[in-house]
Amino acid sequence: MTTVTTAPAGPETPTRRAAPRTRRRDRLRPWLYLMPAAAVLLPLFGYPISMLGLLSVFDYRQAQVSGGEPTTFVGFGNYAAVLGDRRFWSVLTQTAVFAAALVAATLAVGAALAVVLSRAGRVPRLLLSLAAMAAWAAPAMTGSTVWMFLFDTDLGLVNQVLGIEGFNWFYDRWVAFGVIGATVVWHSFPFVMVTLYAGIQAVPASILEAAELDGASAWQSFWRVLVPVLRPLITIVVIQSIIWDFKVFTQIYVMTDGGGIAGQNSVLNVYAYQTAFGSSEYGLGSAIGVVMTLILLAVTLLYIRALYRRGESL
Amino acid sequence: MNRPRLAANTVAVTAAAVTVFPIYWMVLSAVKPAGEIRSLQARPWTLAPTLEHFRRVLGAEDFGRYLLNSAVVALSVVALSAVVAFLAAFAVTRFRFRFRTSVLIMFLVAQMVPAEALTIPLFFLIRDLGAVVPGVGLNTLGSLVLVHLAFSLPFATWMMRGFVAAVPEAIEEAAMIDGASRTVILWRVLFPLVAPGLVATSVFSFITAWNDFIFARTFIISATHNQTLPAALLVFFKPDENDWGGIMAASTLMTVPVLVFFVAVQRRLVAGLGGAVKD
Repeated sequence: MTTVTTAPAGPETPTRRAAPRTRRRDRLRPWLYLMPAAAVLLPLFGYPISMLGLLSVFDYRQAQVSGGEPTTFVGFGNYAAVLGDRRFWSVLTQTAVFAAALVAATLAVGAALAVVLSRAGRVPRLLLSLAAMAAWAAPAMTGSTVWMFLFDTDLGLVNQVLGIEGFNWFYDRWVAFGVIGATVVWHSFPFVMVTLYAGIQAVPASILEAAELDGASAWQSFWRVLVPVLRPLITIVVIQSIIWDFKVFTQIYVMTDGGGIAGQNSVLNVYAYQTAFGSSEYGLGSAIGVVMTLILLAVTLLYIRALYRRGESL
Repeated sequence: MNRPRLAANTVAVTAAAVTVFPIYWMVLSAVKPAGEIRSLQARPWTLAPTLEHFRRVLGAEDFGRYLLNSAVVALSVVALSAVVAFLAAFAVTRFRFRFRTSVLIMFLVAQMVPAEALTIPLFFLIRDLGAVVPGVGLNTLGSLVLVHLAFSLPFATWMMRGFVAAVPEAIEEAAMIDGASRTVILWRVLFPLVAPGLVATSVFSFITAWNDFIFARTFIISATHNQTLPAALLVFFKPDENDWGGIMAASTLMTVPVLVFFVAVQRRLVAGLGGAVKD
């Protein structure tokens, strides 16, 4: 594990001894270096976030965007409309279920292959690393098109191999989610695999040898030794996966042509996007966006807590 | 003794084959003659490779133009975010100052904000911005550069932080004793030392910009000549029958540059990610 190279803030920090004039300049200096980042992030990140909140409390539709009609403040009207809509709750539920399944699958595949990687010989290890890199690097867009082709009703390889020509994988809601999920996991397991593999490498071999001497099976030493030692790293990987899998957009949008039959494959962000740009209900779409952002922020707080619990100094 | 090793090797090779198969199938389908693609007995090889799909895609559908647009956007984002992220990472690793932790947490939180939710306000922002500053409004490549820069910066800074922290401060102190100015130390001493990390970070910025679908789809409405690859790919999906040969050729053209980048820097990437995640 890399150790953080920050000196403890002892009383002998050089700024203390410096002359008062340079001290003030030194205090401003970090902000000077942060300025370019601020110049980009404040207008293009901070401002839109506040705008999102603002839009969500107004009645903002096509008529207001281009028709010049006055925008009216509706307070929490949009939120009431969203939360009172049964469709929202069904989308939220299937987003949660879909994301949970993705996280579980990504983690299972990634962790299993990380262990395999740590036990395989040089050449197989290199092959798997390269293949995983390729899947990782492939753009979500082209990954989607290839998997769509593989699962195509008439010309898809999968149907031909299984002998079920004419079966439409995107007709049933959960079958479609299954194919989309496989595509997403294909994209995202390499991150988990590589991170956990690095973690396993950092585990002192003596611990595993001791377990082996005590007669632990491979299965036991995985669950009883490796998992507890790697728990902090696993927590971070899980939370990162939750954040990514909750936001899946491109695969769903492309593979189901904007959310599937009657929007059956919508997850929250596809739903927000379609509400805003499909139905021109910008205020309503923003309200959904705010709800989604709040959910993700809650997860982020858990992430930061997990980081802190690892005794990290930020 | 050797049984577990053999099992691990078998699983590793099988997993590698399964993982790489979709990419193999994409490239294969891109060079298969149209007749073979339409055949109901697909074969995992072809005896008559052809470039007809690439020719059609690059010629008739003007894909070369979109390829160029994507490259211009992605490379601009890479150059800008490398410099900006380097400076920001320098600030948060080499100085102890008030609100430093808050700044770091903001960089972390910014990575979590769903881009899709921000598309709505960003759409209006870009529309209004275009009225004031030509070149960054709707339907321009500039708008994509700006937005991708904002979205790649938090992660780039977070990752650069690990690389800057890994350079011993003693090197900078030695340069300072030798009489080098802060600017010289920053650009002549530190910058070359973190260059490998910068490359790894750039790959991420490149991928963010290159792979983006949602902003290209939302901002580039009418100016088709400013379309980028992902949105342009949708042209090949037709209601009656998808042009799979064309789609696979276009997908290949879009995947190969990223793949080359990724594999070229994979070692540093893993080191960088380890640093970003671990320290």
